[in-house]
Amino acid sequence: MIRRPFFSLGRPRLKFPVVQKSSPIDIPLPSKVTLFFEAVPADTKDPAVSLGDKVKTGQKLKITENDEDYFISTVSGTICDISEYTGYLGRDYTSISIETLANDEWDDEFATGKAPTLKVGREFLGCLPGAPDFASLLDFKTPVNTLIIYGLDKDLLVTTNQFIVETEVEALAKGIELLKNITHTDEVIMVVPPHLLKKAGETGADVRKIRPSYPNTLPGMIVKKVLGREISPGKNPVEMGVGIISAEAVVALSHAFDRGEIPVEKILTIIKKDGATVLARARIGTPLKDVLETLNIQTAHGDRLVLGGPMTGTTAYSEDLPVLPDTDAVMIQDRKDITPSSDTQCINCGECIRACPANVPINMLVRLLENGLYEEAVSEYDLLSCIECGLCSYVCPAMIPVFQYIMLGKFEYARIISVEEPNG
Amino acid sequence: MDNPKLLTSSHAPFWHNSSSISRQSYHIMLAALPALIMGISQYGIPALAVVALSVSSAMIWELLMNKLMNRPVSIGDGNAAVIGLLLAMLLPAVTPWWVIVAGTFVAIVVGKQIFGGIGCNPFNPVLTALAILILSWKGLLDFNATLVDYDLGFLMIYPLSAIKYLGTSSATGYSLSGLLMGQQAGGIGSCFGLGLIIGGVYLILRGHIRWEISISFLVGIYITAILFNISDADKYAGPMFHILTGYTLIGAFFLATEDSSSPVNFIPMLLYGAGAGVLTVLIRNIGVFVDGVVFAILMMNVTSPLLDKIRPKAMGKGIEHA
Repeated sequence: MIRRPFFSLGRPRLKFPVVQKSSPIDIPLPSKVTLFFEAVPADTKDPAVSLGDKVKTGQKLKITENDEDYFISTVSGTICDISEYTGYLGRDYTSISIETLANDEWDDEFATGKAPTLKVGREFLGCLPGAPDFASLLDFKTPVNTLIIYGLDKDLLVTTNQFIVETEVEALAKGIELLKNITHTDEVIMVVPPHLLKKAGETGADVRKIRPSYPNTLPGMIVKKVLGREISPGKNPVEMGVGIISAEAVVALSHAFDRGEIPVEKILTIIKKDGATVLARARIGTPLKDVLETLNIQTAHGDRLVLGGPMTGTTAYSEDLPVLPDTDAVMIQDRKDITPSSDTQCINCGECIRACPANVPINMLVRLLENGLYEEAVSEYDLLSCIECGLCSYVCPAMIPVFQYIMLGKFEYARIISVEEPNG
Repeated sequence: MDNPKLLTSSHAPFWHNSSSISRQSYHIMLAALPALIMGISQYGIPALAVVALSVSSAMIWELLMNKLMNRPVSIGDGNAAVIGLLLAMLLPAVTPWWVIVAGTFVAIVVGKQIFGGIGCNPFNPVLTALAILILSWKGLLDFNATLVDYDLGFLMIYPLSAIKYLGTSSATGYSLSGLLMGQQAGGIGSCFGLGLIIGGVYLILRGHIRWEISISFLVGIYITAILFNISDADKYAGPMFHILTGYTLIGAFFLATEDSSSPVNFIPMLLYGAGAGVLTVLIRNIGVFVDGVVFAILMMNVTSPLLDKIRPKAMGKGIEHA
């Protein structure tokens, strides 16, 4: 935990710790994997998967026959459980558990000489590991003019993408060519921390240096820094013609066409209780329990398990939850390191104002959000300009869960808009 | 139960920089100590008694209001103690006990709690209390009258009333270095200029108060005072005299910077500070009150929400039409 420095005149400075090179620890194939498929089918009359089905590694699975969306089985085995799961921001998932066989039997639908086209990408590669993932580039409506490849990691202490840039230069170079073909984009920019400049240069991409301090590494800040453009409130970079993809997803893309197998493994940064980090490689869907057991990490009652980094992750309430394609890190926090939030009202100290990289008037905003005035929060106090860095909560001396209020506000506002739109 | 081990779930971020309201309050009290100790050493046990009663009664009022309003007990955050301490620092050393208790009542109950507690007060609670005390019991807060029995080895006429009623020629009785070292009559903790500056610089460097407000307040006073001084040097004292006397320094570092009643954006902080500085000298030089700090800051407190409308453009705003 980075504490407030002795002298504190301006913004908090959260530098990324120096990365120690290490090769990832392989997590053995678990006896059961769980995969999350976003959206719960409204009608289950025509199920495409059912309990007891045999699946192969890399096999495309759908929940119902006429579903357009799909997910990729990451193991060979038998489906042993299908249930519903509600995740962050009320997103509904169908959770599918598969009992694994010791040996992978690869599905050959993708293997039979697929050409790198948008169609093939949409058909097979919507579930590649990495965050932001490849799928975000596939369903765009405006053409992608610029591609930004993340050669660094969004959150503090996470080193997943940096490791990829360090070790997978050739695959990156190849993946960049594939990306250019698939998206018909010529401008490919890779952003890396200073120590990876040389390595990244070997890929042939246009490499830009990003100072490795938080929140410089967030997508909104990178777009601003690299392209000199600010993301309009409430818009995605993709809607502005800027595609963002992680180095890990690019490498996965390259491996997919190289090997004729859809990649099913994920590099994870494990952040231990003492802040030490270690890299691990796990099959997507591996329960966190297996990851922790392999690394010999004990958790106790009251500890916090976080999918993602210390600033932007989400908590996992159970060790049975799986590693997902976008899980860049798993953080384990001891219960004594958890700072509880408080319901004290805003004391107007202005710490959040100085910390906010997006100039959101948080001291006013939080008052509206506390009272559920979401539309006013958007129109008067720039709720949608927030780039979701979490620094407001991090610096708040009143320990108001500001970031939570903001995310709740965005969620509720989206609901209000979606109810109003059909009538309006 | 399948799962006796429960994990903590909460929203990001999972780190906190370990700042807190109580830590901030304790630092403010720590920073006030140099000036306070100097005051107590000058005025002796009566001054200590004023401080002790003020701090304790402020905390008791806070506790009573917590109970009365059925809200969580908030004396732990130290804010009530800070209010009591700062009020004591502004009072003469011989203030009667009932004035102090009335003062902390106004500060905590009227100035802060009826608005909803910490962070909700539109005015600085300390100054609200002091303003009401000044208006209610003028004689008891007049430093010339109350400190008449003290002879501390320097000119015991309150410097601001000296220049107001006797003209700037009377200012020659005070040396600037003497004023800086606390050789002047005044509130218990508001005379030792050097101590207040040390405390203020400490708070600024630690990030507990904003330099924008303190500096612009002092600059506002300096510029206005020098303009008056140029226009009529016999009638109006020089800028350094204004900065080192009365409540100027405690106002700059401990009163104007109160979080809830001051703006948070850069330009508004400068305007707020400068405005309070200008008003202070205007009240001192052409108003009826001897010292203008109290009413100048209260006046600027009112403008604070309005000033805070001047703020930088949020990210991505106005891009669509650019």
